[in-house]
Amino acid sequence: MQIELLVNGRIHRVDTDLERSLLNVLREDLDLTGTKYGCGEGECGACTVLLDGQPARSCLTPANAAAGKPITTIEGLEKDGALHPLQQAFLDADALQCGYCTSGMILAGAALLQKNSSPQPDDIIHAMQGNICRCGTYPRIIHAIQSAAASMKRGEHV
Amino acid sequence: MSDAVFEKLAALTPDRRSFLKALGGGLTFLLTFEADAQESGANGHHGRGHSLPENISAWLHIGEDNTITVFTGKVEVGQNARTALTQAVSEELRTPPQAIRLVMGDTDRTPFDMGTFGSRTTPTMAPQLRRAAVAARETLLDLAARRWKVGASSLEAANGCVRNPATGKTISFGELTKGQSFVQSIGPVKVDKPLSRSLAKVDGRDFVTGKHRFTADLKRPGMLYGGILRPPAFHATVSSLDTSTAEKLPGVHVVHDGDFIGVTAPNSLAVTRALAAIKATWKTEPQPSNKNLFEYLKANPDGDAASEVVRSSVIAVDGNRPQLWTTYHISYIAHVPLEPRAAVAEWNGSKLTVWTGTQRPFGVRSELAEAFHLPEESVRVLVPDTGSAYGGKHTGECAVEAATLAKAVGRPIKLVWTREEEFTWAYFRPAGVIEIRSAVGKDGRITAWEFHNYNSGASGITMPYDVPNQEIVYHPSRSPLRQGSYRGLASTANNFARESHMDDLARAAGLDPLAFRLKNLTNQRLRAVLTAAAERFGWGRAKVGANRGAGLACGTEKGGYVATCAEISVDPDTRNVKVERVVTAFECGAIVNPDQLKNQVEGAGLMGLGGALFEAIQFANGRILNPKLSEYRVPRFSDLPALETILLNRRDLDSSGAGETPIMAIAPAIGNAIYDALQIRVRALPMAPHIVRG
Repeated sequence: MQIELLVNGRIHRVDTDLERSLLNVLREDLDLTGTKYGCGEGECGACTVLLDGQPARSCLTPANAAAGKPITTIEGLEKDGALHPLQQAFLDADALQCGYCTSGMILAGAALLQKNSSPQPDDIIHAMQGNICRCGTYPRIIHAIQSAAASMKRGEHV
Repeated sequence: MSDAVFEKLAALTPDRRSFLKALGGGLTFLLTFEADAQESGANGHHGRGHSLPENISAWLHIGEDNTITVFTGKVEVGQNARTALTQAVSEELRTPPQAIRLVMGDTDRTPFDMGTFGSRTTPTMAPQLRRAAVAARETLLDLAARRWKVGASSLEAANGCVRNPATGKTISFGELTKGQSFVQSIGPVKVDKPLSRSLAKVDGRDFVTGKHRFTADLKRPGMLYGGILRPPAFHATVSSLDTSTAEKLPGVHVVHDGDFIGVTAPNSLAVTRALAAIKATWKTEPQPSNKNLFEYLKANPDGDAASEVVRSSVIAVDGNRPQLWTTYHISYIAHVPLEPRAAVAEWNGSKLTVWTGTQRPFGVRSELAEAFHLPEESVRVLVPDTGSAYGGKHTGECAVEAATLAKAVGRPIKLVWTREEEFTWAYFRPAGVIEIRSAVGKDGRITAWEFHNYNSGASGITMPYDVPNQEIVYHPSRSPLRQGSYRGLASTANNFARESHMDDLARAAGLDPLAFRLKNLTNQRLRAVLTAAAERFGWGRAKVGANRGAGLACGTEKGGYVATCAEISVDPDTRNVKVERVVTAFECGAIVNPDQLKNQVEGAGLMGLGGALFEAIQFANGRILNPKLSEYRVPRFSDLPALETILLNRRDLDSSGAGETPIMAIAPAIGNAIYDALQIRVRALPMAPHIVRG
């Protein structure tokens, strides 16, 4: 069946089995592979995308349930060659090792920053608890989210 | 060009000769291989390709367009080898890192390499690339000197150019290589120590934007998705099979050969459905479970592997009183790389190309060549920068499976293991039993040390403290589960047992754990990290509150020295343990990149925290009982303690690797802190299940 997915501001018409996950449609049909498979049960956060502005586990979201709603993937955060402040903050803090969790971390962190413009470490831990970094860069990710909050307040990236 | 170099070129396969040609003009430097005993981690054989002369370990090319390309068989799995090796070349070639491109882990384009494990990239590959870069720099200076008819010693290299300070004239490296086309073999040259400068991950932008393609992200023309029907238990065999329903599904092919049953389909949901539609019955056999694991390991010595007596002295513990005799139990744990095993396989006639995330591209090439009865030259393995490994990706089973499916259906196949498959069909860090007997004199000096490790391994087994009478033996067992390499190998297990025992001994001797260790330790490098960590932590000064405890531990392995002090809190009702603060001091010789080193030390400590407190594989009758992230707990944000890292920079010493050793001190430091808080000594990894109430 055909559905319309609104991904990163573009409409994609996809002919697909409605039971397929959003994750698989993004990766396999739209070749948006920045969104990762990590566990298939919503436990690791590697597949996080923003659905209607809220962080969602694309591995557990049927593609059909996402139809018509705005979807943001990691590929959509960069605007006109300028990184999202949190992307930049990840680079500045070197908040990654293997980088496999990074897309999901950045989207979960960006969603937090939309709701909370100056998150404290406890807010970040609470919001990011469902995202796993097996390399253990958690302290750097917390630091990156706080630096991004500070630079967004200063208006450096708006 | 010397005859020796001609011989080396002649030994290259036509593919490689044309590849060198494809690099165009410019200068190519072949680095002569220095035999280096690399330790092996995983089971399995090490293949050696024949398509490259064996004595070349890396090459470096400077092109007319100023591009510097470095070829190494090492791979990037998150330890940031790509960044560290780029730095090595950048520093010696006096060129910004942005101008340097590393081609890594491609068996057709990079020289043979045993694999990326054992913390060997920094001590072995980095100095080799430094040599190549120094030789290149000297050649470029010579070329400029000839062009300008001045002495080479009057010139300098800086910012990708050669400069004559007397005249201010500069010429770029690329300009110097124009019209040049030669290959130079490199002899011994003097290299500098690393500059100890922080440099962020060189291609970090590709990761924060999602552009980087891991193996599972690759797409090939005509590619289908693959899946494997797994048996319900290890060592099970098919007794009946009905694939007729699956075969009727649109676009599905079933591939069946003996106990290998796989499917291919146009997308991964179709793969899952096809696998579910196959009806199979299996013959299984009774197998051990983790309930009787430790008895099993002691009762089942590996008949083929002799016990390894690491050290033995004449005088046993008996007669050296008082005695302390303790036993430690170590569970199997999983690596849980966030990117599960994945492979994309493509056949072109009898040539097989496989992209896969592995630490041993040449080893996997051998596995593929053997599986399909091909000469190794007919197999190419490429390793995209991989979503971590931690010692867990030495083997090529996923690559072989993908290639089997691709061969059967005549299309490129992508196979990505599910998390459950990754938990079940890879291999584990060995479980083990460790027994220690020791004696300490009235003066607080250890007089005797007897250490037996059953199955978990010999890494980090030697005694860093000064003890006149020692007997240290590693006894391999027949492991009920498939086991292999892990970050730091057995050093975590051995150090957990040793450093927990040391705390008990200190109490027996009536001494503070730090004072007791220092009394028995002359190794200056280990003393330095231990005192640095204790000083920063405020050991002995800070009074920890109720339901809190402090512990310390240290250890050395693979040329690295680590000490960790931990403070923990315990919930008085549930006895849940939270690690509140961790101070780690680490020394590994001259520091290559302080910030990346700190990143590795922090990450290793957090990974070690999981194995210390809660990670354990549960199994019974050939089945893994907790093969999911909802059932196997790994450290999350809420487990993060306040972390402080002290790096001791020994610029007078060669650099050692740093990805592994920092993991080995956190478990015993936490265990000693638990004892401090509760007066309960937990002699098992993980510890939390032994203290939690309810």
